[in-house]
Amino acid sequence: MKIFYLFFIYFFICAYCLLAQEISFTAEDNPNDDGTGIILMWKIEEENVEKIIIERSSDGTNFIEIANPMISDEQYLDVQDIKPNIKYFYQLNLYNRNGEEIISPLQTTVFAKAEWFNSNRYPLFLMTVLLAFAIIYYIVSARKGKHLFIRRISGLETIEEAVGRATELGKPLLFVPGILDLDDMQTLAGLNILSHLAQKVAQYESTLYVPVCRSMVLSTAKEIVKESYLKAGRPDAFNPDSVFYLTDDQFGYVAGVDGIIMREKPAANFYLGAFYAESLILAETGFESGAIQIAGTAMPSQIPFFVAACDYTLIGEELFAASAYLSNEPAQLGSLKGQDVGKAIIIITFLAGIVLEMFGIHFLKEFFTMH
Amino acid sequence: MALIMERIGIWVGAILTFAIFSFLYRDNPFYKIAEQIFIGISAGYWFIYTIYNILIPNLFTPLLTNFSANLLLLLPALLGILMLCRLIPRIDWVSRYSIALVVGTTAGLFFKRYLQSDVINQMNATMINPFSAPDLAATIGQLILIIGTVTGIIYFFFSKKHEGVFGGTARVGIFFLMISFGAAFGYTVMARISLLIGRLDFLLGDWLGIIKP
Repeated sequence: MKIFYLFFIYFFICAYCLLAQEISFTAEDNPNDDGTGIILMWKIEEENVEKIIIERSSDGTNFIEIANPMISDEQYLDVQDIKPNIKYFYQLNLYNRNGEEIISPLQTTVFAKAEWFNSNRYPLFLMTVLLAFAIIYYIVSARKGKHLFIRRISGLETIEEAVGRATELGKPLLFVPGILDLDDMQTLAGLNILSHLAQKVAQYESTLYVPVCRSMVLSTAKEIVKESYLKAGRPDAFNPDSVFYLTDDQFGYVAGVDGIIMREKPAANFYLGAFYAESLILAETGFESGAIQIAGTAMPSQIPFFVAACDYTLIGEELFAASAYLSNEPAQLGSLKGQDVGKAIIIITFLAGIVLEMFGIHFLKEFFTMH
Repeated sequence: MALIMERIGIWVGAILTFAIFSFLYRDNPFYKIAEQIFIGISAGYWFIYTIYNILIPNLFTPLLTNFSANLLLLLPALLGILMLCRLIPRIDWVSRYSIALVVGTTAGLFFKRYLQSDVINQMNATMINPFSAPDLAATIGQLILIIGTVTGIIYFFFSKKHEGVFGGTARVGIFFLMISFGAAFGYTVMARISLLIGRLDFLLGDWLGIIKP
């Protein structure tokens, strides 16, 4: 009878231990991708397990090791040569501290699926649609003749004054479009301003120097200046050598521009584009030469130097707004107005988010966090 | 021989460093020589760099080794050739196609990238309960973050005059911007000092051998 009781207790303990051990292994398609990822998840509450190895097979028989993750990771994203619509077999091998397999491998199967839409990008899509709608609406309104007000940007008001001063003094003007290539928005914004400046220079019959450090910028700037002279009705006054290449090297370029500033003594220097460490070197040399200096960049680390050493600085988005401000073209004004509407939407959304967060409601933050 | 060349290199480097530093006094012939050498050598260097590190591995080698599998590369090659047409004044207009493609693609790609990184991530980071912070200092910090973000954006409104309450708010925004610029100024100056230290290290260590590594 005693033996029976002992056996019963032993059986009960074993059964309890088995029930207490929770070992699961599942696989599912990685959502929002092009069918090249599979998420593997496991839950192991068995103390003896010291190491796990995940294996994969596409035929269910020949498994190859793909990962050796930590048990505590609880999931692994397999992106090694996964193709959509193929059945993959996975198995999880569990080992004890002696390297012996504890139980037979746990197996699971899954298909990787390609999704048409990435639901994580819905906030981005929503913002894009809202912004695009606002911009298109205002462009259409401006084209219909609606007056769109743009506030004064002091740095840009000075352009004409600077060109006039240069003409009076018989000195040239210098335009530096930054040191990045055409694949940077700041360079494009700077070149837009160059178009307006070159037109003024052509009207005043002054001289303009545009040293550049990228081949694509050279071609574009040359084209822009040429067209501006054409618009001003003075195509004959365009000097192709006024836009010239120095070097791609950052400090080589700066050394060259500094030399031009000290030798040619331009009446006004324009630094409009993307700048790095050269910003203060250029602005300080220009300050030494006594020129009017107008700078503009969206590089947060370089704006302080321009603010310190230049007469006028276009801060961040002012640089992007400049072309609309200067050109007064309906399309550009409408675009700027549309962006302002976008900013209003942004302020309202995140203020609403803050209020909701204060009341413990997190759906708005979570919606944007998904992205 | 290698040691002699190395010593010559160090001496040339030191002399050119002084020639560039001489600009701190005024523009002079030594600076002009150093400047022209710098520009010439760096332009040549980048030309060769572009051929060996961009054109050969990304265009010529793939086309020569497996032409049929890399047919798509002919498209950028063609755009590059169009750019070279600028050298022939009669047909220089065709380079506009390459430029237009780069400008258009850049605008499209950056629209999405900026919207993602500068707008949505910023909104998400600002959607916080300012009073959930563990202490008073952190609460003040979170309130400053919210006020700074709102007023900063308001400063960049272009379709409304900066006057009245709106103007006052924009003024607070520019204060925030200026304070952050001041902090960035100090931080960047520190980084620039390290560049000067690097040059002095070269002069006093590699050249004169006064300081040992």
